[in-house]
Amino acid sequence: MSVADDVQLAPVKMTAPPAGTVPEVTVAMRSVVAVLGVFPALSGLDLQAGSGEVVLLRGPNGAGKTTVLRACAGLVPIQRGDISVLGCDLRKDRRSVRRRIGLLGHATSLYEDLTVEQNVRFAVRAAAGDVDRIPAALERLDVGGRLRTLGVMHLSAGQRRRVALAALVARGPRLWLLDEPHAGLDPDGRDLLDEVISEAAAAGTTVLLASHDVDRATRIASRVVLITGGRVVTDSVGDHHVS
Amino acid sequence: MFRDALLVLGKDLRIEARAKVTLRQVAPFVVTVMVLFAFGLDRVLVRDANVADTVTDSVPAAYVVPGLIWLTLLFALLLVVSRSVSIEEEDGAGDALRLSGLDPAGIFLGKAGAIVVQLVALELLLVLGSMLFFQARLHAPLLLLSATALATVGMAAVGTCYGALSSGLRSRETLLPVLVMPVVAPVVLAAVQAWQLALVGEVGDGWPWVRLLIVFAVVYVSFGVLAYGALLEES
Repeated sequence: MSVADDVQLAPVKMTAPPAGTVPEVTVAMRSVVAVLGVFPALSGLDLQAGSGEVVLLRGPNGAGKTTVLRACAGLVPIQRGDISVLGCDLRKDRRSVRRRIGLLGHATSLYEDLTVEQNVRFAVRAAAGDVDRIPAALERLDVGGRLRTLGVMHLSAGQRRRVALAALVARGPRLWLLDEPHAGLDPDGRDLLDEVISEAAAAGTTVLLASHDVDRATRIASRVVLITGGRVVTDSVGDHHVS
Repeated sequence: MFRDALLVLGKDLRIEARAKVTLRQVAPFVVTVMVLFAFGLDRVLVRDANVADTVTDSVPAAYVVPGLIWLTLLFALLLVVSRSVSIEEEDGAGDALRLSGLDPAGIFLGKAGAIVVQLVALELLLVLGSMLFFQARLHAPLLLLSATALATVGMAAVGTCYGALSSGLRSRETLLPVLVMPVVAPVVLAAVQAWQLALVGEVGDGWPWVRLLIVFAVVYVSFGVLAYGALLEES
């Protein structure tokens, strides 16, 4: 019997919003201006996303995609404009909102000297999440079994990415902010990531996704937003261009 | 707040238990400093005595050992704090900590608590070293324990705050000592005074220094609890 078989798996379930209901606005950015150093990263950006949406942010390097994601997490100070996340003003109620946000950036935000399970457990407990979801999340991202007790420093870049995603799945935040999530993953890992994102969106999670892997990301995105020079240039649902 | 503090404390101690940086790097540094002091002061110290030798210009160990212990601990504090900061800088872990929704005051108490645990282990090593190399005899255990506990808390609180302030800066390694040492100096001086008076048997005169250490500990911990959130956001 493998180590994984010993684990009593708890299903990773998310509750979908009732059918026919209007999607709740999860992210609302209005005329947001953010300056990083002397560089205007966001120049009056407007963006809105509802529950269950997967919004792909496209654009050239330096367009402001990463800044949008970090601004939604309250990690970038904004000079002007408003950001409302999950119904809360990010400037006033940042702490309680952050517990319901999951950010996976270029870094995996894992502690090298902790094991896979210790990392995920810390993330879940810090967010006051349900630790019973951890075994199932680890298995879902294929980092359960013997990998659970392995130090993160011994993992490959792709495996680290999977562990970070497992932490995200186990925490179950309402808003996922994913910056180049496919980077470092093998083809199977990319397919698995797409499945996990789609499942989360189907359960009502909002996903903002910045990716240069446009073909793949477009397949799972419900909207594609093109950002250039810190502004939204086009916002399309399929072939329908909104602005 | 205390739940969050215990969570962060457990995490930092678990990381230390696996990485053993304090055990393998800071502890040998502390021992080396003690050995060097022992050789360097060999001719001017009167061991196993509390009175100066009037024939030679020597000084009793009881006056020297407290200074050595607390100065060495100050250097060790800088290493322990630097390590505590670097844990959160690895692979964007600091962002995760900020996004975790943990109470900043809890994060401060947890990180300071982990530093306290490591400093206590180093203090035990230093006391053993001073007994071995300088034949120091410990008196007035209550005074020594009180002064040590309060000074350790004060030093850890200052180190945690300035560690967060210097986090993310490219010049962190050189900036941290410049920031920490002037602020922690009164704590070190008070601890040295209390220890000296305890070792020479003037216990009654040592307690005012303990009261001063209480003030420092309360002020620095309160500042950390209130300001750590802002420091974390700015780092």
